[in-house]
Amino acid sequence: MLGENKIREITDQVLALSKADQTEVIVNATESALTRFANSYIHQNVAENDVQVRVRVVYGKKIGVASSNDVSPDALRRTVETARAIAQLQREDPEFQSLPAPQTIQRVEAFVDQTASFTPEQRAHVVGVLCKKAKAQNVVAAGAFSTTATETAVANSLGVFAYHPGTFADVSTVMMTDTGSGYASFTHQDARQVNAEALANEAIDKAVRASNPIALEPGEYTVFLEEYAVLDMLNFFGMLGFTAQAMQEDRSFLKGKLGEKVMDERVTIWDDGCAPNAIPLPFDFEGVPKQKVTFIENGIARDVVYDTATAQREGRPSTGHSLPAPNSMGPYPMHVFMAPGDTPKNEMLKSIERGIWVTRFWYTRPVHRMRVLVTGMTRDGTFLIENGQVTKPLKNFRFTTSYLDALNNVRAISRETKLFYNEWGSASRVAPALVVDGFRFTGVTA
Amino acid sequence: MKDITARALNIAQVRGAAYADIRVVSRDTQRIAVKNGKVEALQQDETQGFGVRVLVNGAWGFAASSRLELQHVEHVVTQALAIAKASALVKARDAHLGPPVDITESYETPIKINPFTVPMNDKITLLLKADEEMRRVKGVKVTRAEMAFVRENKLFASTEGSLINQEIVESGCGIVAQASDLQTREEQVRSYPNSVGRHQQTRGYEFILEQKLVENAPRVAEEAVALLSADQCPSYDAATIILDSSQLALQIHESCGHPIELDRVLGSEAAYAGTSFLTPEKLGRFRYGSEFVNIVADATVSGGLGTFGFDDEGVPAQRTEIIRNGIFVGYLTSRESAQQLGLGKSNGTMRADGWARPPIIRMTNVNLLPGAWEVDALIADTDDGIWMETNRSWSIDDKRLNFQFGTEMAWEIKGGKKTRLLKNATYTGITPQFWQSCDAVGNEKAWIVWGTPNCGKGQPPQVAHTGHGAAPARFRNVRVGVIK
Ligand SMILES: [Zn+2]
Repeated sequence: MLGENKIREITDQVLALSKADQTEVIVNATESALTRFANSYIHQNVAENDVQVRVRVVYGKKIGVASSNDVSPDALRRTVETARAIAQLQREDPEFQSLPAPQTIQRVEAFVDQTASFTPEQRAHVVGVLCKKAKAQNVVAAGAFSTTATETAVANSLGVFAYHPGTFADVSTVMMTDTGSGYASFTHQDARQVNAEALANEAIDKAVRASNPIALEPGEYTVFLEEYAVLDMLNFFGMLGFTAQAMQEDRSFLKGKLGEKVMDERVTIWDDGCAPNAIPLPFDFEGVPKQKVTFIENGIARDVVYDTATAQREGRPSTGHSLPAPNSMGPYPMHVFMAPGDTPKNEMLKSIERGIWVTRFWYTRPVHRMRVLVTGMTRDGTFLIENGQVTKPLKNFRFTTSYLDALNNVRAISRETKLFYNEWGSASRVAPALVVDGFRFTGVTA
Repeated sequence: MKDITARALNIAQVRGAAYADIRVVSRDTQRIAVKNGKVEALQQDETQGFGVRVLVNGAWGFAASSRLELQHVEHVVTQALAIAKASALVKARDAHLGPPVDITESYETPIKINPFTVPMNDKITLLLKADEEMRRVKGVKVTRAEMAFVRENKLFASTEGSLINQEIVESGCGIVAQASDLQTREEQVRSYPNSVGRHQQTRGYEFILEQKLVENAPRVAEEAVALLSADQCPSYDAATIILDSSQLALQIHESCGHPIELDRVLGSEAAYAGTSFLTPEKLGRFRYGSEFVNIVADATVSGGLGTFGFDDEGVPAQRTEIIRNGIFVGYLTSRESAQQLGLGKSNGTMRADGWARPPIIRMTNVNLLPGAWEVDALIADTDDGIWMETNRSWSIDDKRLNFQFGTEMAWEIKGGKKTRLLKNATYTGITPQFWQSCDAVGNEKAWIVWGTPNCGKGQPPQVAHTGHGAAPARFRNVRVGVIK
């Protein structure tokens, strides 16, 4: 950890070195470690330490960006110079108006010292419990346990300075018999909250029950989607639909639908970078405070996230969802929440006469963006439900279905929700479990 | 840098490591992106650091830092040693690397034009011109054109005496046109030369010039617009399909390249990427494909994105047979996994994503060798089929059996001719059944080593750049279309 003072020294140096009309600097410091296990032992075990400095300079309407992970004074000078040289070669951006001016940024506590200082022995202890419990039940354990401390800072020559330190621990495990597997994961700011016994029990129980699966004909079924599967839906809505760039480029399923009912009336989905119990980041990579943005309110499409560029195009303020400049993705919701329902998870099965229990999805990809049509596989615990009870393990299915249709065909939403961290995109998500009708399975695996 | 490597190896050995290696890596990336007539991104990124891998008490530890300072080396090596000792607390077997590897050599990607010295203005002008050509076409909503260049310098040193210097250079580019119809809520894209943003090779700027982005731009944009009103690809239980070489390259990547990774086979990736249906008892006897299917893993092929001098264990680049006349005969291996399965020496496929991650088994260039067919003759020989071109979506299960791909564009073939443009085409199948149904492979005239710059694997995640040589090929009895 560098600490706020040391990081401010770096941003001050960069801003002093730059002679540009406007300058922005992002500092990202990471200390992370990950213990990986397979075949019920630790086979990979790593740690890394990095500090990235990204400089955006503006000369008139010409913009250049350079980055480096060398923070020595000489290197900072070189990075500023590279950014300047690039800006000189750039064409003018007629749309560019200004970097953002300072706004008040809420401080959100999200740093747990004990996570930052978690040791390889502590991680090995947790993994040891998982592996030991697996051996005792004759299953094979695999998975990973990571602990991460990050510091994110954004400063610009208009006076913005934003700093946020955060930690999180993320553990996931797949337990396997010869013919079946089960999954469990847990994410928390505080690594001490990891309950290895509970995780092992959840995944082992599922693996044992999933053994000797039978093949069931693909087709449309009522599905019980655990939080792990609903997470995937939130990822796709976030990526494909909930951004101003997707709207402006006529490829969002919400295009032309704001104010209309697009999902079941019990569905409410929003982004909140300041929610204290998730993995918060209270500002974006332009130093703009993150607003809470409601995408879907009781089934009605409300709004999407903006960065400065997409907001200026529509004459409105940024919602604070920029990624580091320059990026081709546009704004991005990093903290998506889906509201819980009123049914306890363990009672949701009751209403299902015949259906399929899905633990999680795997290798999902969009097939048609505007319809949020997605294909993927089920994985690590797929079961037949008959008369309100799980009866038989099933071979994994391929599905090709519209997630938008799925959230229109909701039968029940669980009272409980679960927090996830997604390493691709540094995103956190909070999802309930769902019962959905008419979910389309299009194939089954060998 | 050699003072850093020497110090790290010395500390590791003195403190009890049975084996240690260190990689000092610096990577420069340049990216230029044009969108809708505007230069959206101009950026130059550099990252540098070192990673130390140690074997203590038969268990692995790895630590990496961006601080390339002699005083900092001891801290990082100490961290790696402590991690290895923690690994040993939950150990089932000792890691063995087999016979030592002791190589002092260097390698540089052969390039004709250094992309980092080509004036930025030339690059921007070329992309803006391609973009303009696309935007001329009525009905196009979004146009993109981009270039990316990578230069990676790495120094590898091990306690077995290896000292290897390499410089790998990559050049990539691509254009995309998107068209939307809000009435029908249809949205279509066309990409060139490949989707996922670009096609890329280990070559210099000459690669960019050969792609002829500007010349292809009008066609790409016209196809995107034409697809909006094209017929939906029908569904068939058993159709004949011909895949263009870039789609086939991804098919090879997903359904051959990944399941032959020996770490997956041995369970190392079980919790994340998954395992493999190509289990060890199948080696040398399993019929993976038809007699026309011959696949090699070749880290020596010119220009491939998986082409290098030495892997990240210092093992020389090799060409390994994977599928011979349809029979599965080889895996991608590392020193430890080859030893574990009794396969002798590693075939050199351990690759790390930069300085901060440890090497894991990765594809090099997994190539389908050319067959006998002229592409025109292959189409003419097809009475009733579908030509599918340029990947749009891809998905495959965790054992690499059940796959489904969608392509940007398809053509119905009737009586040996492309007759009708089709949109939203998908095909799906089970890996060995699919490859066993291959009855014709295009010849070397249509053979291209495609670059896949976005292969994800491992925890923490690593992105690898892999290559896949392919020519168009024909498959029978394939299930087509699942979209209602
Ligand atoms: Zn891949």
